[in-house]
Amino acid sequence: MPTVAPLDLEGHIVGVAFLKDIPFFAGAVGAVHWLDHGHRTTEAHDGLLSLAYDEATDTLLTGGEDGKVMRILADGTASLVAETPRKWISEVAAGPQGAVAYAFGKTAYVRLADGTTKEIIEDRTVEGIAFAPKGLRIALARYNGVSLHWVAMAGKPVDLEWKGAHTGVTFSPDGRFVVTSMQENALHGWKLDAKPGAGARHMRMTGYPAKVKSLSWSAKGKWLASSGAPAAIVWPFQGKDGPMGKAPLELGTRGNTMVTAVACHPAEDIVAIGYEDGMIIAARFADSKEVLLRRPGKGAITAMAWNKPGRQLAFGSAAGDCGVVDLAG
Amino acid sequence: MTETSTQKPIPVTVLTGYLGAGKTTLLNRILSENHGRRYAVIVNEFGEIGIDNDLIVESDEEIYEMNNGCVCCTVRGDLIRVVEGLMRRPGRFDAIIVETTGLADPVPVAQTFFMDDDVRAKTELDAVVALVDAKHLPLRLKDSREAEDQIAFADVVLLNKTDLVTPEELDRIEATVRVINPSARIYRTQRSEIELAKVLDQGAFNLEKALENDPHFLDQDQQDDHVCGPDCDHDHHHHHDHDHDHGHDHHHHHHHDHGPSPIHDVTVQSISLRGGELNPERFFPWIQKVTQTQGPNILRLKGIVAFAGDAERYVVQGVHMIIEGDHQRPWKEDEKRESRLVFIGRDLDREKLERTFKACEAQA
Repeated sequence: MPTVAPLDLEGHIVGVAFLKDIPFFAGAVGAVHWLDHGHRTTEAHDGLLSLAYDEATDTLLTGGEDGKVMRILADGTASLVAETPRKWISEVAAGPQGAVAYAFGKTAYVRLADGTTKEIIEDRTVEGIAFAPKGLRIALARYNGVSLHWVAMAGKPVDLEWKGAHTGVTFSPDGRFVVTSMQENALHGWKLDAKPGAGARHMRMTGYPAKVKSLSWSAKGKWLASSGAPAAIVWPFQGKDGPMGKAPLELGTRGNTMVTAVACHPAEDIVAIGYEDGMIIAARFADSKEVLLRRPGKGAITAMAWNKPGRQLAFGSAAGDCGVVDLAG
Repeated sequence: MTETSTQKPIPVTVLTGYLGAGKTTLLNRILSENHGRRYAVIVNEFGEIGIDNDLIVESDEEIYEMNNGCVCCTVRGDLIRVVEGLMRRPGRFDAIIVETTGLADPVPVAQTFFMDDDVRAKTELDAVVALVDAKHLPLRLKDSREAEDQIAFADVVLLNKTDLVTPEELDRIEATVRVINPSARIYRTQRSEIELAKVLDQGAFNLEKALENDPHFLDQDQQDDHVCGPDCDHDHHHHHDHDHDHGHDHHHHHHHDHGPSPIHDVTVQSISLRGGELNPERFFPWIQKVTQTQGPNILRLKGIVAFAGDAERYVVQGVHMIIEGDHQRPWKEDEKRESRLVFIGRDLDREKLERTFKACEAQA
């Protein structure tokens, strides 16, 4: 039976992560908390807006209302990566070899480990950033599509066009697909290895009753789980054309509330599903079997993360009630 | 959301107006006056705003067209993001003010607060306030449609810099503003000096409060459709009382129609409809159809409706194709049970609107 170790914090939780198996919780107020033989805190920002887990270095990147980009280590040390006074750093992303990307307004910056910084200016606001799994390439979500840039090369970007506002972006772990969340209640995907103009290039994933704010790729990238419905909507990406022509799985359907966060297990085809009322369950793709991980709480689940072995799940909510679920009990 | 369902929506005031009309002066006044309220301010550029102790956020105007085939369904993507960020840390401010650029279209700003579910869940559009430079308005109307749109769309118009024009010019300017927008509250100001209670907490989009102070709906006996412009040869000299307090008795119960306004350079028209008790089974399909088909031409729409056999007043308001309606309060005993609507827009077919509206009457 899973047990929950609660941690009550103040305010909206932007993100959670495990660094060297220590659970970290980042709040919108700007404080980052972690549980390492007791509750510890560092004031990383005056207002924290964005967060990314950097797998390459097992650290956290955060962006703030104070114009700062910070890197936070497993011992809680926070160091300044970049600063642009008075700009809201609404997006951060972690890339290979210590590369960091962040954006405000129409400008995205990519800062490499050696300190060189590349500036990329889009015609419209950069609303989402993702590094490709291989090579120093980034995707910038913006109005009417996504721009793909090779960081080390000048050249023109590859523009993936689709009408509408794209508010977030992610690469599939194998690098074959780019998927965006949109202002309208939909996801849009592009198959990168398709020939230009080929029919299968675009993937429209629609039918959500609400905006999709949480996306998570399953182990090995075979599935993409999403929020924005009364169930976790899980799209199959095993085939060469992705989810086209296939129905998604609907896991953990509840009649009276919405899924607000999803986090796929690091090894198994299982997804943790967080709801608007604070409840969390785990559901298995193969047979839709569900396990309750946490009863409803004070606020909507806004963030979840598994530790590497997949035995613990950290979570945070819009009301600050956080915790760690231990599957082993 | 569990957390937000108990939170009162944060009121949002939108400030529009051409460059130099006095928006920043008004903003500084709001931020520096000792009113005990804290404001978060969203601006396009920090400019000359005193930034010491207030929450000021810079935001690049980012217009989203919604992917639903409707050209007028536009929202401001940057506001969605900034408001979402602000609302993650409530408790820092009591209200939000959005200052738009001089050339900004106020419609996407306003529609953001109706069309985005997340923004709508946490905030409430309070009023659109337009600042007008009395000296330069005629020129502005000549060279831009935005200046006119900003006035047409406003709930409150500050006719500013009145010290730079003669009283006669000012009367003409006010009459022009009144032609563009018969339902806004107009105040004459210098250096944006205004009692803040006349600008903030207006509840202009709140169906319960809306129309209670709307000059167009105040006086039940008032018959005239709109204030005429200086080129109009009708005789009605005392139209220019600047608060438009229609409590006193007007002598002119004329009911004349100009197509689009008689004033040169004004392309916005307003159409007032007046009828008796309506049949809801006719009215709702009618208003749906009007907003569906005429939506792009309608800037604002407001109305009070008396339904046959209904003890309560029904109020409606709309922006382009967005329309909301609800029961407001019981009819008072001394109130005339009649239905009135005003449309502010362009290229509206007055004759057809009047005819089809009449057909909604319960007696029709």
